[in-house]
Amino acid sequence: MFHALVAIKQVPDTTNIRIDPETGNLVREGVPAIMNPYDAHALAEAVKWKRKLGGKVTVVSMGPPSFITTIREAIELGADRGILLSDRKFAGADTLATSYVLAAAIEVIHKEEPISLLFFGKQAIDGDTAQVGPGVAVRLELPILTYATKIRAVDLENGFVTVERHTEHWVEVVETPMPTMLTCEKEIAEIPFAPLPDLIRSLRYDPEIWTMSAGPLEFDKQQVGVLGSPTIVFKMGTPPLPEPGEKFNTREVGVEKAVKLALDKAAAAGVLQAVLGGAQ
Amino acid sequence: MTTRRFWVFIEQVEGNVHPVSWELLGVARDLASQVAAEAEEKGDAVVVEAVLLGDKVEAIAQEALGYGADRVYLIDDPVVAYYRNCPYYKGIAAVAEKYAPEVFLIGATILGRDLAGAVATALHTGLTADCTGLEMGEVRGVKHKLLLATRPAFGGNIMATIVCRQHTPQMSSVRPRVFPMPEYDPAAEGEIIREPLGVTEAGALTCILEFLHHQEKSVDIEYADVIVAGGRGLETPENFQLIQQLADVLGGVVGASRPCIDAGWIDSAQQVGQSGKTVRPKLYIAAGISGALQHKVGMQNSDFIIAINSDPQAPIFEVADVGIVGDLFQVIPAMIAQIEAYQQEAAT
Ligand SMILES: Cc1cc2nc3c(=O)[nH]c(=O)nc-3n(C[C@H](O)[C@H](O)[C@H](O)COP(=O)(O)OP(=O)(O)OC[C@H]3O[C@@H](n4cnc5c(N)ncnc54)[C@H](O)[C@@H]3O)c2cc1C
Ligand SMILES: Nc1ncnc2c1ncn2[C@@H]1O[C@H](COP(=O)(O)O)[C@@H](O)[C@H]1O
Repeated sequence: MFHALVAIKQVPDTTNIRIDPETGNLVREGVPAIMNPYDAHALAEAVKWKRKLGGKVTVVSMGPPSFITTIREAIELGADRGILLSDRKFAGADTLATSYVLAAAIEVIHKEEPISLLFFGKQAIDGDTAQVGPGVAVRLELPILTYATKIRAVDLENGFVTVERHTEHWVEVVETPMPTMLTCEKEIAEIPFAPLPDLIRSLRYDPEIWTMSAGPLEFDKQQVGVLGSPTIVFKMGTPPLPEPGEKFNTREVGVEKAVKLALDKAAAAGVLQAVLGGAQ
Repeated sequence: MTTRRFWVFIEQVEGNVHPVSWELLGVARDLASQVAAEAEEKGDAVVVEAVLLGDKVEAIAQEALGYGADRVYLIDDPVVAYYRNCPYYKGIAAVAEKYAPEVFLIGATILGRDLAGAVATALHTGLTADCTGLEMGEVRGVKHKLLLATRPAFGGNIMATIVCRQHTPQMSSVRPRVFPMPEYDPAAEGEIIREPLGVTEAGALTCILEFLHHQEKSVDIEYADVIVAGGRGLETPENFQLIQQLADVLGGVVGASRPCIDAGWIDSAQQVGQSGKTVRPKLYIAAGISGALQHKVGMQNSDFIIAINSDPQAPIFEVADVGIVGDLFQVIPAMIAQIEAYQQEAAT
């Protein structure tokens, strides 16, 4: 059976984040929480293959109870089962501790129902680290294909998947034995409109909630949350600004003159000579 | 006496080294010098070392010495002829376990970020992603200086400095082009130490079947000397031709702000900023770009910045060496004409 596991995270919509100019603090009020966009595309691809091959999609997420809305959204998009890993002790986790919790849970899920493919987002837009996927893959000793853009074929019979992933230089076509982890680019799949039955089901869906000990496994308290995180935030601040340079206004001096004055500055700094030397 | 090792991963693909590797050897040297005094007091040695994987890449190891490595650990094996996550991270983790580096820097390229997360997990240590600032500094309760790794957080609205207090190596992936290229010394000497990979082809887990678009080259803005970048002020994709013309007379390439990529006006490889490329050309011209923080973090290290914007309050002027307040549709043609005239003058 095809069983896809998708790791989804709820994130603040960073396009709407503002800094209070007075205090320098983050303004969180009114910032909507969304499913990490890369995870949504990864989920769409998982659901696409489920519809093609038959099978099941399980989503898993680590976070506070408010993440339930994101799990319901995943059900709406076609996931069958949702698990929220939620405990106060998980809070403050860096990527190492996050990958521990996710990997431990995934191992249990895999024992219940063997997983064929694991779908992660390329990165979560709140931290942009792109570290959790590789971290989970190493812990579970799975092959990992990052920056996946297309699944060419899933061969359930022989247990192989063929995937396109991009690198800085080219697109690689790669074959790996399953289970394999993919971290997905948005191109992997379009997000479809939810069919009505899924939509209705999602409204009433209650995800399973696994805590430190209430659930099918006991997490190691040394490895979760702040205790399990080697990194800490030492300080935060807004970046300092350099001295701004001179401005010439075309309204005041005319276009030709403003351009000339600006280019003279560049010439005085030796820049124009340096670059035009290269251009000839 | 202990040896404090500052490590840099050397990224090569088909024998071509990603320049960020050399940039990192430069920073590592700098970081090492920041602990020189405290190390001397304790009688510790401080060294900069490189880790290189590939198939028949000894010449690159030699080059790494020229860019400042005291020693290179070389894993030369056909299994790592091309990058694959599993053999790479296992090979590197084994060498790191053997020599116990204190700091380990990896370029925040596509390859480097794939690798860094795996190595850090295998070594059970902390990793700070996509850093734009590095320094060795005092941290309360710790007897020696730690790596203070600074990176943009929350969509670039804030800078966070991260430390890894009790685990080693202290790892960071570091953005290309944030740090300058160090001098190359062809006469530099050092040691090259061969290490086994310890992974067979069967243990590599993945098999690369083919490469697509192998020969195609997209515009490389990261290492360009001149970038002319356009923003939403251009209004239509066709108007990028104007930007291209100015880039052409300057022998440069075209960059863009993110809305232009989102609107499909231009290729995503040309995006400058937080979620695009960091650049530091000799000359950066920003036209019709407001200068949001996420754009500025990607270009503020340029040697010389000219901003063209009709709004005198646009934040792009804060980082510009010189600004022209005006309509880009008038300013750019005038600029092209004047540069051409300047060139002709210089030629005679
Ligand atoms: C997580 C995150 C990551 C991001 N990453 C990036 C990134 O990597 N790169 C990036 O660029 N942005 C990024 N952004 C977006 C960024 O916040 C800004 O929205 C974006 O840079 C604005 O682009 P712009 O300056 O082209 O457009 P606008 O802000 O709309 O500015 C257009 C400017 O053009 C000027 N103008 C208009 N007409 C003319 C004219 N005729 N002549 C001269 N000037 C004119 C206007 O005065 C204005 O200043 C990111 C945002 C988030 C939340
Ligand atoms: N708390 C979490 N719960 C579930 N999945 C997560 C969590 N954090 C990260 N992930 C997954 O890991 C990917 C990369 O996240 P990051 O390393 O934080 O950029 C995301 O796209 C998710 O698929």
